[in-house]
Amino acid sequence: MIDILIAIFLLLGGFFALIAAIGVLRLPDLLTRMHASTKAGVLGSSLILIGVAINQQDTEVSVRVIAIIVFLMLTSPIGAHMIGRASVRDPMAKTPTDDLPD
Amino acid sequence: MTTQVFLELSISATFVMVILSLGIAFIRMAIGPTLEDRVVALDMMTVSIIAVCGVAAVATGVAALLDVALVLALVGFLATVALARFAERRIVYQKETDHD
Repeated sequence: MIDILIAIFLLLGGFFALIAAIGVLRLPDLLTRMHASTKAGVLGSSLILIGVAINQQDTEVSVRVIAIIVFLMLTSPIGAHMIGRASVRDPMAKTPTDDLPD
Repeated sequence: MTTQVFLELSISATFVMVILSLGIAFIRMAIGPTLEDRVVALDMMTVSIIAVCGVAAVATGVAALLDVALVLALVGFLATVALARFAERRIVYQKETDHD
Protein backbone atom coordinates (compact mmCIF):
# COMPACT_ATOMS: atom_id res chain seq x y z
CA MET A 1 0.00 0.00 0.00
CA ILE A 2 2.77 2.41 0.91
CA ASP A 3 4.55 1.49 -2.33
CA ILE A 4 1.57 2.78 -4.28
CA LEU A 5 1.65 6.06 -2.30
CA ILE A 6 5.38 6.52 -3.05
CA ALA A 7 4.79 5.69 -6.72
CA ILE A 8 1.97 8.27 -6.96
CA PHE A 9 4.16 10.99 -5.41
CA LEU A 10 7.06 10.14 -7.74
CA LEU A 11 4.92 10.07 -10.87
CA LEU A 12 3.20 13.36 -9.99
CA GLY A 13 6.55 15.00 -9.28
CA GLY A 14 8.08 13.80 -12.53
CA PHE A 15 4.99 14.95 -14.43
CA PHE A 16 5.19 18.45 -12.96
CA ALA A 17 8.95 18.65 -13.62
CA LEU A 18 8.34 17.70 -17.25
CA ILE A 19 5.52 20.26 -17.56
CA ALA A 20 7.80 22.96 -16.12
CA ALA A 21 10.56 22.17 -18.61
CA ILE A 22 8.12 22.20 -21.53
CA GLY A 23 6.88 25.57 -20.28
CA VAL A 24 10.44 26.91 -20.12
CA LEU A 25 10.95 25.78 -23.71
CA ARG A 26 7.63 26.77 -25.26
CA LEU A 27 6.33 29.94 -23.54
CA PRO A 28 6.82 33.17 -25.47
CA ASP A 29 8.82 35.54 -23.24
CA LEU A 30 11.05 35.61 -20.19
CA LEU A 31 8.47 36.46 -17.52
CA THR A 32 6.15 33.58 -18.48
CA ARG A 33 9.14 31.22 -18.64
CA MET A 34 10.08 32.27 -15.13
CA HIS A 35 6.49 31.58 -14.05
CA ALA A 36 6.81 27.99 -15.36
CA SER A 37 10.21 27.22 -13.89
CA THR A 38 9.69 28.69 -10.42
CA LYS A 39 6.22 27.37 -9.61
CA ALA A 40 5.86 24.06 -11.46
CA GLY A 41 9.53 23.10 -11.10
CA VAL A 42 9.59 23.60 -7.33
CA LEU A 43 6.29 21.71 -7.01
CA GLY A 44 7.69 18.75 -8.98
CA SER A 45 10.89 18.54 -6.95
CA SER A 46 8.97 18.90 -3.69
CA LEU A 47 6.61 16.03 -4.58
CA ILE A 48 9.54 13.75 -5.47
CA LEU A 49 11.31 14.62 -2.21
CA ILE A 50 8.14 13.91 -0.20
CA GLY A 51 8.13 10.51 -1.93
CA VAL A 52 11.71 9.98 -0.70
CA ALA A 53 10.69 10.88 2.86
CA ILE A 54 7.82 8.37 2.77
CA ASN A 55 10.11 5.72 1.28
CA GLN A 56 12.95 5.97 3.82
CA GLN A 57 10.82 6.58 6.98
CA ASP A 58 13.72 8.03 8.91
CA THR A 59 13.95 11.20 10.97
CA GLU A 60 17.22 12.38 9.44
CA VAL A 61 15.87 11.92 5.92
CA SER A 62 12.64 13.72 6.76
CA VAL A 63 14.49 16.66 8.28
CA ARG A 64 16.70 16.94 5.19
CA VAL A 65 13.68 16.74 2.89
CA ILE A 66 11.89 19.49 4.83
CA ALA A 67 15.06 21.63 4.76
CA ILE A 68 15.43 21.23 0.99
CA ILE A 69 11.76 22.05 0.33
CA VAL A 70 11.77 25.11 2.61
CA PHE A 71 15.01 26.32 1.05
CA LEU A 72 13.67 25.89 -2.50
CA MET A 73 10.46 27.73 -1.64
CA LEU A 74 12.44 30.56 0.01
CA THR A 75 15.09 31.05 -2.68
CA SER A 76 13.21 30.43 -5.90
CA PRO A 77 11.07 33.64 -5.71
CA ILE A 78 14.16 35.67 -4.74
CA GLY A 79 16.13 34.42 -7.72
CA ALA A 80 13.18 34.94 -10.07
CA HIS A 81 12.70 38.47 -8.75
CA MET A 82 16.36 39.34 -9.40
CA ILE A 83 16.33 37.90 -12.91
CA GLY A 84 13.06 39.68 -13.68
CA ARG A 85 14.44 43.01 -12.48
CA ALA A 86 17.53 42.57 -14.62
CA SER A 87 15.31 41.72 -17.59
CA VAL A 88 13.11 44.82 -17.10
CA ARG A 89 16.18 47.06 -17.06
CA ASP A 90 17.70 45.34 -20.10
CA PRO A 91 17.05 47.34 -23.28
CA MET A 92 17.91 44.34 -25.44
CA ALA A 93 15.31 41.99 -23.91
CA LYS A 94 12.04 41.56 -25.78
CA THR A 95 9.74 41.76 -22.77
CA PRO A 96 6.64 43.99 -22.97
CA THR A 97 7.96 46.57 -20.51
CA ASP A 98 7.68 49.77 -22.56
CA ASP A 99 5.40 51.50 -20.05
CA LEU A 100 7.69 50.91 -17.07
CA PRO A 101 10.21 53.50 -15.86
CA ASP A 102 13.92 52.78 -16.03
CA MET B 1 1.04 -7.03 -10.61
CA THR B 2 2.35 -6.57 -7.10
CA THR B 3 2.93 -3.18 -5.57
CA GLN B 4 6.71 -3.71 -5.61
CA VAL B 5 6.71 -4.14 -9.39
CA PHE B 6 4.48 -1.06 -9.75
CA LEU B 7 6.92 0.96 -7.64
CA GLU B 8 9.88 -0.14 -9.76
CA LEU B 9 8.04 0.67 -12.97
CA SER B 10 7.07 4.10 -11.71
CA ILE B 11 10.66 4.78 -10.58
CA SER B 12 11.80 4.06 -14.14
CA ALA B 13 9.05 6.25 -15.61
CA THR B 14 9.93 9.10 -13.23
CA PHE B 15 13.59 8.81 -14.20
CA VAL B 16 12.62 9.15 -17.85
CA MET B 17 10.40 12.19 -17.19
CA VAL B 18 12.93 14.01 -15.04
CA ILE B 19 15.80 13.38 -17.46
CA LEU B 20 13.56 14.59 -20.30
CA SER B 21 12.87 17.78 -18.36
CA LEU B 22 16.62 18.23 -17.86
CA GLY B 23 17.22 17.84 -21.61
CA ILE B 24 14.40 20.22 -22.56
CA ALA B 25 15.70 22.87 -20.16
CA PHE B 26 19.16 22.40 -21.71
CA ILE B 27 17.68 23.07 -25.15
CA ARG B 28 16.29 26.37 -23.85
CA MET B 29 19.67 27.19 -22.32
CA ALA B 30 21.35 26.53 -25.67
CA ILE B 31 18.96 28.56 -27.83
CA GLY B 32 17.82 31.19 -25.31
CA PRO B 33 18.18 34.56 -27.02
CA THR B 34 19.16 36.67 -24.00
CA LEU B 35 21.34 36.07 -20.95
CA GLU B 36 18.30 36.15 -18.65
CA ASP B 37 16.66 33.26 -20.57
CA ARG B 38 19.78 31.19 -20.05
CA VAL B 39 19.86 31.96 -16.33
CA VAL B 40 16.21 30.88 -16.00
CA ALA B 41 16.96 27.64 -17.88
CA LEU B 42 19.98 27.01 -15.62
CA ASP B 43 17.76 27.47 -12.57
CA MET B 44 15.28 24.97 -14.02
CA MET B 45 18.13 22.51 -14.64
CA THR B 46 19.26 22.82 -11.01
CA VAL B 47 15.75 22.03 -9.77
CA SER B 48 15.62 19.05 -12.17
CA ILE B 49 18.93 17.71 -10.86
CA ILE B 50 17.56 17.95 -7.30
CA ALA B 51 14.63 15.84 -8.51
CA VAL B 52 17.07 13.33 -10.08
CA CYS B 53 18.84 13.03 -6.71
CA GLY B 54 15.49 12.33 -5.06
CA VAL B 55 14.54 9.61 -7.54
CA ALA B 56 17.99 8.04 -7.21
CA ALA B 57 17.60 8.04 -3.43
CA VAL B 58 14.36 6.09 -3.80
CA ALA B 59 15.83 3.72 -6.39
CA THR B 60 19.03 2.86 -4.50
CA GLY B 61 18.03 3.50 -0.88
CA VAL B 62 21.13 5.63 -0.28
CA ALA B 63 20.08 8.51 1.98
CA ALA B 64 23.35 10.40 1.39
CA LEU B 65 22.02 11.50 -2.02
CA LEU B 66 19.78 13.94 -0.14
CA ASP B 67 22.91 15.77 1.05
CA VAL B 68 23.85 16.20 -2.59
CA ALA B 69 20.40 17.66 -3.26
CA LEU B 70 20.69 20.07 -0.32
CA VAL B 71 24.11 21.34 -1.42
CA LEU B 72 22.84 21.69 -5.00
CA ALA B 73 19.92 23.81 -3.80
CA LEU B 74 22.33 26.12 -1.94
CA VAL B 75 24.85 26.42 -4.77
CA GLY B 76 22.18 26.80 -7.44
CA PHE B 77 20.68 29.77 -5.62
CA LEU B 78 24.12 31.37 -5.36
CA ALA B 79 24.69 30.87 -9.11
CA THR B 80 21.32 32.42 -9.96
CA VAL B 81 21.92 35.46 -7.75
CA ALA B 82 25.46 35.96 -9.07
CA LEU B 83 24.37 35.76 -12.72
CA ALA B 84 21.40 38.10 -12.13
CA ARG B 85 23.69 40.67 -10.45
CA PHE B 86 26.11 40.31 -13.35
CA ALA B 87 23.33 40.94 -15.90
CA GLU B 88 22.22 44.10 -14.06
CA ARG B 89 25.76 45.44 -13.70
CA ARG B 90 26.40 44.79 -17.37
CA ILE B 91 23.35 46.87 -18.34
CA VAL B 92 24.40 49.77 -16.07
CA TYR B 93 27.92 49.63 -17.48
CA GLN B 94 26.60 49.72 -21.04
CA LYS B 95 24.45 52.79 -20.25
CA GLU B 96 27.41 54.60 -18.69
CA THR B 97 29.60 53.93 -21.70
CA ASP B 98 26.81 55.10 -24.01
CA HIS B 99 26.75 58.52 -22.28
CA ASP B 100 30.46 59.07 -22.84
